[in-house]
Amino acid sequence: MNAPLLARAVPVQGCDAPPVLRERGQREVFCGLTGIMWLHRKIQDAFFLIVGSRTCAHLMQSAAGVMIFAEPRFATAIIEEKDLAGLADANAELDAVVTRLLERRPDIKLLFLVGSCPSEVIKLDLSRAALRLGQRFAPQVRVLNYSGSGIETTFTQGEDACLTALVPTLPAEPAGSEKSLLVVGVLADAVEDQFRRLFRAMGIERVAFLPARRAGEMPAVGPDTSYLLVQPFLGETARALENRGAMRLAAPFPLGAEGTTGWLRAAANAFGVTDAAFEAAIAAPRERANRALEHSRAALAGRRIFFFPDSQLEIPIARFLHRELGMELVEVGTPYLHKDHLAADLALLPAGVQLSEGQDVDRQLDRCLAAAPDITVCGLGLANPLEDRGLTTKWAIELVFTPIQGFEQAGDLAELFARPLNRRAALEV
Amino acid sequence: MHLTVWTYEGPPHVGAMRVATAMTDVHYVLHAPQGDTYADLLFTMIERRGKRPPVTYTTFQARDLGGDTADLFQRAAHDAFERFRPAAMLVGASCTGELIQDDPAGLARALGLPIPVIPLELPSYQRKENWGAAETFYQLVRNLAGPHMPKPGVAKPAREPGKRPSCNILGPTALGFRHRDDVRAVKELLASLGIDVNVTAPWQASAADIARLGQADFNVVLYPEIAGLAAQWLKRSFGQPVVASVPIGVGATRDFITEVARLASVDATAVLADETSRLPWYSRSVDSTYLTGKRVFIFGDATHAIAAARIASEELGFKVVGLGTYSRELARDVREAAARLGLEALITDDYLEVEAACAALQPELVLGTQMERHIAKRLGIPCAVISAPVHVQDFPARYSPQMGFEGANVIFDSWVHPLMMGLEEHLLGMFRDDFEFHDGAGSSHLGHGKPSLRGGVADEATQGDVELDAGLLRSARNDGEVALADRPLVLTWAPDAELELKKIPFFVRGKARRNTETYAGERGISPITVETLYDAKAHFGR
Repeated sequence: MNAPLLARAVPVQGCDAPPVLRERGQREVFCGLTGIMWLHRKIQDAFFLIVGSRTCAHLMQSAAGVMIFAEPRFATAIIEEKDLAGLADANAELDAVVTRLLERRPDIKLLFLVGSCPSEVIKLDLSRAALRLGQRFAPQVRVLNYSGSGIETTFTQGEDACLTALVPTLPAEPAGSEKSLLVVGVLADAVEDQFRRLFRAMGIERVAFLPARRAGEMPAVGPDTSYLLVQPFLGETARALENRGAMRLAAPFPLGAEGTTGWLRAAANAFGVTDAAFEAAIAAPRERANRALEHSRAALAGRRIFFFPDSQLEIPIARFLHRELGMELVEVGTPYLHKDHLAADLALLPAGVQLSEGQDVDRQLDRCLAAAPDITVCGLGLANPLEDRGLTTKWAIELVFTPIQGFEQAGDLAELFARPLNRRAALEV
Repeated sequence: MHLTVWTYEGPPHVGAMRVATAMTDVHYVLHAPQGDTYADLLFTMIERRGKRPPVTYTTFQARDLGGDTADLFQRAAHDAFERFRPAAMLVGASCTGELIQDDPAGLARALGLPIPVIPLELPSYQRKENWGAAETFYQLVRNLAGPHMPKPGVAKPAREPGKRPSCNILGPTALGFRHRDDVRAVKELLASLGIDVNVTAPWQASAADIARLGQADFNVVLYPEIAGLAAQWLKRSFGQPVVASVPIGVGATRDFITEVARLASVDATAVLADETSRLPWYSRSVDSTYLTGKRVFIFGDATHAIAAARIASEELGFKVVGLGTYSRELARDVREAAARLGLEALITDDYLEVEAACAALQPELVLGTQMERHIAKRLGIPCAVISAPVHVQDFPARYSPQMGFEGANVIFDSWVHPLMMGLEEHLLGMFRDDFEFHDGAGSSHLGHGKPSLRGGVADEATQGDVELDAGLLRSARNDGEVALADRPLVLTWAPDAELELKKIPFFVRGKARRNTETYAGERGISPITVETLYDAKAHFGR
């Protein structure tokens, strides 16, 4: 249907790899700072100090949707005209801001200095600042830095950058230690606990999660660590872990019953769990997941879905919606396609599916409107304008703020897509 | 460097977006990094717009910085022109775009587009949203209406006899607090006076409309923060007088009608006689007696804060105990309004300072922005929203203006409903020992979410909360500025006085405690006895 507009599709290596449309133009996506929204909830004694502009502060306030008045553990040190006049001054100002902050927040154990577009462009060296401030406040507070700037990170890559900064600080697990499993990526605490129980039921006892809920409880890593990614956007974190000797277990991402089974299976294989033990551990929750999916199947089966790029979760979610709920994939856009980490998910996509990487939002809107999908997954800036054109949409951001991983959440994930369709069907005006 | 969590205003390019988005055929090309597109959602989500803002962002990334970002800008501008075919284009940079110094103005000029291209210089590290909106509107007006300016020394021709007077309505933008409804309210007022509206701008105006602003006899400025600059220029260039009154409240609406009628040479007697607001009568109704002297804290943009102070003191009989604004550009006006009420204005864009002031003053009603709504909620004080920054709730489905006589009706309802009704207050006093009216029951109008002993005032339970949650409040400022945390409580209460205090309805108990302690503190009385309590009551009156 949208074939005439796909002239720029370029085949990628391999005969069965789906074609990827690579686009460069206006990108309607968040920057990496937005990740602070969920990172600061997860690491309960960490503080995220953005060194940026009024725009950064305004983004955080707008992306939060509401002003959460409970005092958040993030803030912006807004660069002002006088800071731009001389860099030495900016460093002194930053030190003063941090000193005041830490004096009054003795509960903070881990401080992230988060770089932004302006701090990157004026080359304010936050790694040196982190070193300097880390020495001053050791051992009470560890100070790390990463960039959440839009010029370097797209939305969820902010989490990748944050975890990458954490990896060198993880305790070392000496070679020859008992084999351990590290689960990497922010999960809701409830989901983390579910996975911990499943691993225990399979007999895998040495399981840790990165990031931990508290700064002082970050897991050890070493050559006997195998790690499983829970998120597809953790490319740099993976690289850093491998530098520490850890080994990645290839798996589909734990979305839906099939994805979760495959993800757990990768751990089971690596840890020598017998088929019987594996089945015994997962049979009941997998069955529950399949049952939960039934509620949304009628709404979703056979419906056509279009993904605008947002979180990098698009490909595993598309795989789930296609294989477990029978949805038809019109276009699956993603800001960045990590072929290695997504290999298992890509292999499960239907032949010939249209993937796109990067964005030219106006051209993509043309394709979307021409294709007239039943449901479109997109950012908040596009959702109402598409609804106004008669399209049903699903806000992509909900997919990163809602617990969706694992068996018990498979039904919730499906329901996120079924609800807008059911709603549209229910409305008579 | 300035540490903040929440801000009253966005960066100045968001102000420019509010102007561009309000208009029908202007496109804004913004040199900005990936991520700055978040600003679109302000319009599509908060204001529920069905169209994307007319903004093209270059969304450059690190890899572009090594290459040619200037070329990227030119391509974006060119593509935007081809795709959207605007009648005029605004070009500029966001905070990061400003740092890379690509000169969007020169680059856009070099494209030779067949439409007016208006460069915007919005210094992001000095200025904020409202300033950006004002500057953008001014540049649009200068560039588009400028060519039609009469020659210097040529007087404005008198209106032809028999021709109806006309004016422009200036200032309403996208994402403004009730701008949509204020425009309708003011248009109705003007129509009732027999005055035509030449152009409303930027709200739903086209570039061609801006070009013919000079045809009106005078200008009505609804929001001086946004249109003041442009109106002054129009006054100088086209000899168009500016209406200084902003018609928020009954008195201000009467002033507005009188001023407009004078400028338009029309007779306003009939319109003034036919005043439709219920506010004056409702305010005189005996049920409103309980409103007398209610302590009110007001904070917002300058226009709405000044108007609120007047309504509160002159039309509802409240006592304004605090008045402030985040609009530094109009700080002088707010200081004058505060001085008239015997107050010193709070001029700040730090919400923590506002919170501290509010907590220290212990008002019975807060009139503020969404920030103050949160502050008030935390302090257990009723609140009504009077100003931007806006929230999705500030775009009600119904017609709900702030301006004109209908606006005064809306204001009466929305400020008074959060308060306890007069009769309700008496009943609570009468039945205070009844199980349904016990202290923990809270009051029906504050919702049922949590039973609240905090009923009215912030003296007891709230104080602890404020301190507990105020880590940032303290971190954000210099030492010793946190008044609320520093107040020593060295006075003790005799047990019988404490019991007597409990008999006072919970919603005035905090005030009674505070007054009694002030009274006792000044006289060095400790412990406080029943006698002291009643002595203080006699001393302070109500």
